[in-house]
Amino acid sequence: MNFIVSTWAIVVKDVRSELRTRYALNALLMFVVTSVATILFALRDDELSPEILSGMFWVVIFFTAMSGLSRIFVSEEERGTTLTLQLVASPSVVYFGKLLFNSGLTLILSSAVTVLYVVVFPAFVIKSPLIFGFTVFLGSLGFASAATIIAAVIAKANTKGTLYPVLSFPILIPLLMTVMKSTARALDGELFTAALGEFQILVSYLLVMTAGSYLLFDYVWKE
Amino acid sequence: MESGGHSMNRVTITAHDVAKDFNRRQIFRDISFSLSLPSSLAITGKNGAGKSTLSKILAGLIGSTRGSITYTLNDKQVGIEKFKHSIGFVSPYLNLYDEFTALENLQLLSRIRATTQQNEGRMKDLLSLVNLWQRRDDLVGTFSSGMKQRLKYAFALLHNPNVLILDEPTSSLDEEGIEFVQRIVRQQKEEGVLIVATNDKEEAGWCAKEIHVGMPER
Repeated sequence: MNFIVSTWAIVVKDVRSELRTRYALNALLMFVVTSVATILFALRDDELSPEILSGMFWVVIFFTAMSGLSRIFVSEEERGTTLTLQLVASPSVVYFGKLLFNSGLTLILSSAVTVLYVVVFPAFVIKSPLIFGFTVFLGSLGFASAATIIAAVIAKANTKGTLYPVLSFPILIPLLMTVMKSTARALDGELFTAALGEFQILVSYLLVMTAGSYLLFDYVWKE
Repeated sequence: MESGGHSMNRVTITAHDVAKDFNRRQIFRDISFSLSLPSSLAITGKNGAGKSTLSKILAGLIGSTRGSITYTLNDKQVGIEKFKHSIGFVSPYLNLYDEFTALENLQLLSRIRATTQQNEGRMKDLLSLVNLWQRRDDLVGTFSSGMKQRLKYAFALLHNPNVLILDEPTSSLDEEGIEFVQRIVRQQKEEGVLIVATNDKEEAGWCAKEIHVGMPER
């Protein structure tokens, strides 16, 4: 019971902190708007296939997530509050609290990108909403899970900004390939059963990444 | 006003041949002692001798390179995660959240700690003790370094810790601040375990025992 109370308290602290400082949210939303606008200017007259649209969709989410999700640990390190958090909470509480916060942030980010794509790209028509919904949900959670542990690692490094996407990309490749394929199926209007293989990969990725991160976090969190 | 009574836990901290290296440089080695309630220990040594490092090792914030620390609670050996709730820590390296007010900091951290002792009355008592009750609704980011140091004491004492570890205890404090630190120290020495890491001879004199850290000069 204490574990749930403490974990939730970390989420509440981070949400309140984010609402006051706008440490990550403003950066994420500005990145989404500028990158979607750039893609729109470059490709407005082209006929885009579902595969290309799906790829562009996840490229925006990937780079936006890379610009903001690391803040969850980097901000604690920069402000010198890591020791405070280490004193009041166990590593597992901190990990799951941060993971929940990053998951929420990634889901908001994915929803914002979806709305923007639907509005500005006439060819971005979600013909299988169920496949699309499952893909965005599982993909966002997978993203958040990988991003959280990598953020914890790079928060201890000197070159935080550049290291994050470099470390994240190889770890996220299986996830990116799967969500792109599954999103293309949703835009093509395929049946839900056609995407079951991708969903199995996404669920496995999420479970393996979360379990591995949980086991590793203790060593990463303490110097 | 006193900082409040301690819960009646019997605690012991024992260091067994603790050593710490950073990269290849040995900071200190063969540190051994045992502290039971009530007792007090001053950790002294030159700048860079490893006083703060030893304090962090004792608080379970970093690991030692060799040796170990054992913690017992009511005669039962426990891990650091369980023992942490018995430790209060004040250090220049430990910061509170600038974007929250003094009271919000105590409330949020108390909720994360999820201990039973998180009533508003105790927070009021502690903020009054450190003379910050009138400024409880001000953001910590607007506080001076001395006020932040006072708030760290309120945070450290919030859960009635049996063990209080003070690293540079009077850093940034004015005369009034030093007086309340001395009051806290007196009470802690009588009822709990006090560990003070300092360069200052007067502060070292607050403690019954002293341990000198650092490697011999080459």
